[in-house]
Amino acid sequence: MEYPDKFNQGISQNKAVHVYFSQAIPLVSYIDDSCLRLKEDKCDICSGVCKTGAIDFRQTPLKTDINVGAIILSSGITPFDPSVKEEYGYTKIDNVVTSMDYERLLSSTGPFEGEVKRISDKTNPKKIAWIQCVGSRRVTKGDNSYCSGVCCTYTQKQVILTKTHYEDAECTIFHNDIRSFGKDFERFFQRAEQLPGVEFIRSYASIEREIPESGNVIVRYATADDGVKREEFDMVVLSVGLNPPEAYKEISQKFGIELNSHGFSKSDSSNPIKTNRPGIFVSGAFQGPTDIPESVFSASGASSQIGELLDYRRGKLAKERVYPVERDVTGEEPKIGVFVCHCGANISSVVNVPSTVEYALTLPNVVYATEQIFSCATNSAREITDLAIEKGFNRVVIAACSPRTLEPLFQDTLREAGLNQYYLDMANIREHCSWVHAKQKDEATKKAHDIVRMSVARASRLEPLQEFDLSVNKTALVVGGGVAGMTCALSIAKQGHEVQLVEKAKDLGGMSRRLHTTLEGLDVQAHLDNLIQMVYQNPRIHVSHESTIKHVDGYIGNFTTTIETEGRTKEIKHGASVLAIGAQEYKPSEYLYGTNESVFTHMELGEEIARENDVVLDAEVLVMIQCVGSRNEERNYCSRVCCGHAVKNAIKLKKLNPEMRIYVLFRDVRTYGFREDSYREAMEMGVQFIRYTPEDPPVVEETKEGGKVVIRVIVSDPILGQRLELDADVLSLAAAVIPASTTPEIARMFKAALSVDEFFKEAHVKLKPVEFATDGVFLCGTAHYPKHIPETINQSYGAAGRALTLLSQDTVTTSGTVARINYKTCVGCQTCLPLCPYGAISYNSKKKVCVVNQILCKGCGNCASACPCHCANLLGYKPEQILTQIGAI
Amino acid sequence: MGNDVLPKEVVQQFSDTLISNIAENKNFGDVMVVGGGVSGIQASLDLATAGFKVYMVEKGPSIGGHMAQLDKTFPTNDCSM
Repeated sequence: MEYPDKFNQGISQNKAVHVYFSQAIPLVSYIDDSCLRLKEDKCDICSGVCKTGAIDFRQTPLKTDINVGAIILSSGITPFDPSVKEEYGYTKIDNVVTSMDYERLLSSTGPFEGEVKRISDKTNPKKIAWIQCVGSRRVTKGDNSYCSGVCCTYTQKQVILTKTHYEDAECTIFHNDIRSFGKDFERFFQRAEQLPGVEFIRSYASIEREIPESGNVIVRYATADDGVKREEFDMVVLSVGLNPPEAYKEISQKFGIELNSHGFSKSDSSNPIKTNRPGIFVSGAFQGPTDIPESVFSASGASSQIGELLDYRRGKLAKERVYPVERDVTGEEPKIGVFVCHCGANISSVVNVPSTVEYALTLPNVVYATEQIFSCATNSAREITDLAIEKGFNRVVIAACSPRTLEPLFQDTLREAGLNQYYLDMANIREHCSWVHAKQKDEATKKAHDIVRMSVARASRLEPLQEFDLSVNKTALVVGGGVAGMTCALSIAKQGHEVQLVEKAKDLGGMSRRLHTTLEGLDVQAHLDNLIQMVYQNPRIHVSHESTIKHVDGYIGNFTTTIETEGRTKEIKHGASVLAIGAQEYKPSEYLYGTNESVFTHMELGEEIARENDVVLDAEVLVMIQCVGSRNEERNYCSRVCCGHAVKNAIKLKKLNPEMRIYVLFRDVRTYGFREDSYREAMEMGVQFIRYTPEDPPVVEETKEGGKVVIRVIVSDPILGQRLELDADVLSLAAAVIPASTTPEIARMFKAALSVDEFFKEAHVKLKPVEFATDGVFLCGTAHYPKHIPETINQSYGAAGRALTLLSQDTVTTSGTVARINYKTCVGCQTCLPLCPYGAISYNSKKKVCVVNQILCKGCGNCASACPCHCANLLGYKPEQILTQIGAI
Repeated sequence: MGNDVLPKEVVQQFSDTLISNIAENKNFGDVMVVGGGVSGIQASLDLATAGFKVYMVEKGPSIGGHMAQLDKTFPTNDCSM
C-alpha cells in the first residue's frame, strides 16, 4: 500500500516505511503515521523481513532528560496552507499548486524526476501563472497581515528555472509590489522579467474556476488599462507565504517565552536573538519571516551570545574528531576508485551513468568503479571510505558536481580512509556536462567519458600535500565604530578576547547617530549611548578614534595592521578582522535638493522631526519621493531601508500634526516583514501613496503661490489616470544608501572582494554570509548592503559568532594547494611578484630569488602560469599533472 | 555574580569538577538546539567548532528543514543540499 509522500508534498506516493529523502541525515528508514500496524494494529510484514531486527513495534516514546546551559529555538516556518481559504481552489482543483509543491516538481528528486507535470493528466504545462502574496499582506481572516519577504524572489527563481526546463513556456506573474529589497535581488528580477514569454502583471488575481474537460484553470484579474480580464492557464502556482508553525504556541508555553501578535518570537529590536527568558535564544525564522542568509547569520549570532554566557566551560565537554593515521602510499602504483554520481536525476537524466562506470573501468590504473545516487549522501560517503579501505585505493575520482561546494566533504571521506585528502579529483559532469547539454544526451555521455578520462589521468599523477597548522593570535580587530562594529566588538570581548576597535571619526556611533527611532519603536540614541558606554567600560575593548588603516600584513590567525592616529602610527597584531565600516547617504542632485531649503533627505527629515523644526511640523502638505538615486542605471539596486523610513516619518508626522497632508510617491512599497503593518497604519491615517514609473518620474519645480514660495510636485496618478499637481511645503527624498567612500581602499588592504555595486562581497550568499573569501576576515552591517538596525544587530552578532569559531582555536589549518618556487632554478626575474593578488610572493635580495609565503598563497596559479623558467609550481596542479590531464583529451 | 566572593581559580576548579562529575553520569551538554533546519544546523556547527557540546532536537525524520525541499536556490542555482 502506498500513501502520499510528505517530502514530495503529497504529489507522489510512498510506502509507510521509507527513507525520508535520498540525502536525508540520518539516512535510515522510518515508519510514518500511515502505517497499518500503528493505525489499526493490522500488519507486521516489515518486522518479519528485517534481517537485523531493527523494527520493534513494542517501542514506546522515550523520555530523556538533558541538562544544558543554554537553548536555541530555531524551529523555522510552515508554508501557508491555502486550502484554509476556498477562494484559492487548492486541493479542489488539481492544477492549482503551491510554490512549495512547485519546488518539488522542479526538483530532480521530485515526484517526476525534475519534469514539471500537471497533477491532472501528467502532461507538461505550457502556460503557467503565479499568484503572489497568497496568505500574506491581507487582514482577512486566515491570512497574515505581514509580508513574507521571500515570495517575490523565489517566484522569479522558479520562473527562471521553468524557462531553462522548457524554453517555450509562457509564464505570467500576477503581483502586487515587487519586493526585490535584498542584495542583487533587483538584477535578478530584471533577469526574470526580460526572459521571452515572461510577463509580470500588477494586479490582484483570483482563481475563478476549473475547466473540467481540460483541467485548465481560469484566472480573473484586472488592470488599469483593460479592466477585468479572464485568462486560461494550464497550471497555477500559488506563491504562499511563511506562517509560524503551530508548535510555536507549545514551545512558547514550555520554554516560557513570549510570542508577538503574529505568533513569532516577541523580539526586542535592540537584540532580536534574545528572548524574555535569559539563556534562551531564537534564530532564523522564529524571529519572523526571513530568508536563508539571515537565518544563517542569526544562527551564528545566537551561538555568539551563548558563547558570552558559557565561555567559562568552553572546550570542557566537546570531543575532538580523530582521523585514522595517514597511510604512506607514495611508493605504490596508482590504484584509482571512480564513483559516478546520478545526482538524483540531475546527471543521470542526461548522461548514461552505467555506461560511464563501464567506461571508467577500461581506463588505466582504475581498479574499481561504481555508481551512486547521491555521492554526497552520508551512506555514499561511507561507502567511498569503506571501499577505499577494502580495495586498497590510493586515489579517488568522484564524477559528480563542481568541487566548489562538496570538495571538502569528499576530502574528509578520504581522510576517514587513511588517505591524504589531496589524492582526490572531482570530475564535473553536472555543471560542465548534464546541465548544459540537456538536449544532447548521447554527446553528453561521450563528454562525460572524456571528463572522467581526464580526471583519472590527473589523479594518477597526484601527490600527497601537507596542510599547515598556524597559531592563532586571540585578538580581534574591528574596523568601524557604528552599531555593527560596537555590537560585534562587545560580543567578542565578552568571550574573553581583546578587541581593537578602530573608528575614523572623533566619536563612536556612525550613521545611527542621525537616526532617532526605528519602525519597531527602538530609541536609537538611547541604545547607542548604552552601547558606547559598554564599549568604553569593557576593559578588553581598546578604542582608537580618528584613526585610519594604513597597512595590513599577514594572514588568518596572524594579521599585523598599521593604523594612524593623529599622525602617530601604531601596529596591531590580531588573529581575526571584522570590517564594519558602514555606508553613507547619497547626496541627491535631483529635485531641488541643495537649492531649496525645504527639501530634505529622509534621514534629515527624521532629524528635523526629532529637533521639532516648525517648518516641518507645521507643513500643510509634505511630499516624499522614493528611490532617489537607487534602482536606476547608475545604482541598479534597492536601498532597502527607504520605504520603512518613509512610513516611519509619515506616521510620526501624522501623529504630531493630523491635519498634514502627506503624499508618498513610490515605485514599489517595500515594507517587507512586519513593516507591512506600519504601511497599513500609515494608509489608515490618511497618508496617500501614489505610484510612479521610472519612465514617467515626478517633476519638481519652485513656484510662487499667493506670495509664498512652494515646491510644486507634478506626478501622474495611475489610478485616476491624470496629472496631479501637489504644492508642497516640504519635500523629502528617499536618498540612496551608498557604500562608504573608504570601501575600495579598505577592501584592497584586507584583500576583500567587492560586489558590482561596490558593497562588500561575502564568500557565499547563503552559506557564508558574514565572511570574506579571504580567510580570517569577516563583515557585518551596511558595508555589506543597506539594512535596518535590527538586521545589522543580527548580522553583527553573526560576525562575532563566526570570528569566535576562529579565535577559540589555538591553531588553524591552511590549504595544501599552494605555489612553490624552485629556488635552484629561479633567476629572480620577479615576473610573478606583481601578478600575485594576495601579496604572497616576496623577493629575497640576498639570494636573488622569489619566495612564496605558503600561508598567504590562495593557490590561484598566476605565478605558475607566468614564470618564464617554469620554476613556480602550483602544488596539485603541476605541469605534469595538468599536461597528463590535457593529454588524455 | 557569585564569582566576586571566591578566588577565580577556586570557582574554576569547582565548576570543572562539577561539570565532569555530572557529565559522566547524565546527559549533560552545553547547548540544546531545537530545530534542525538551516538555522539550527548553522548554530550547532558554530557552537561545536567553538568548543561546545550540542544536543540537536528535530521532530522530523531528517535534518535539513524546508531548505532540503527546495530545488535550487537564488542567485547561483546551487543545489540546496
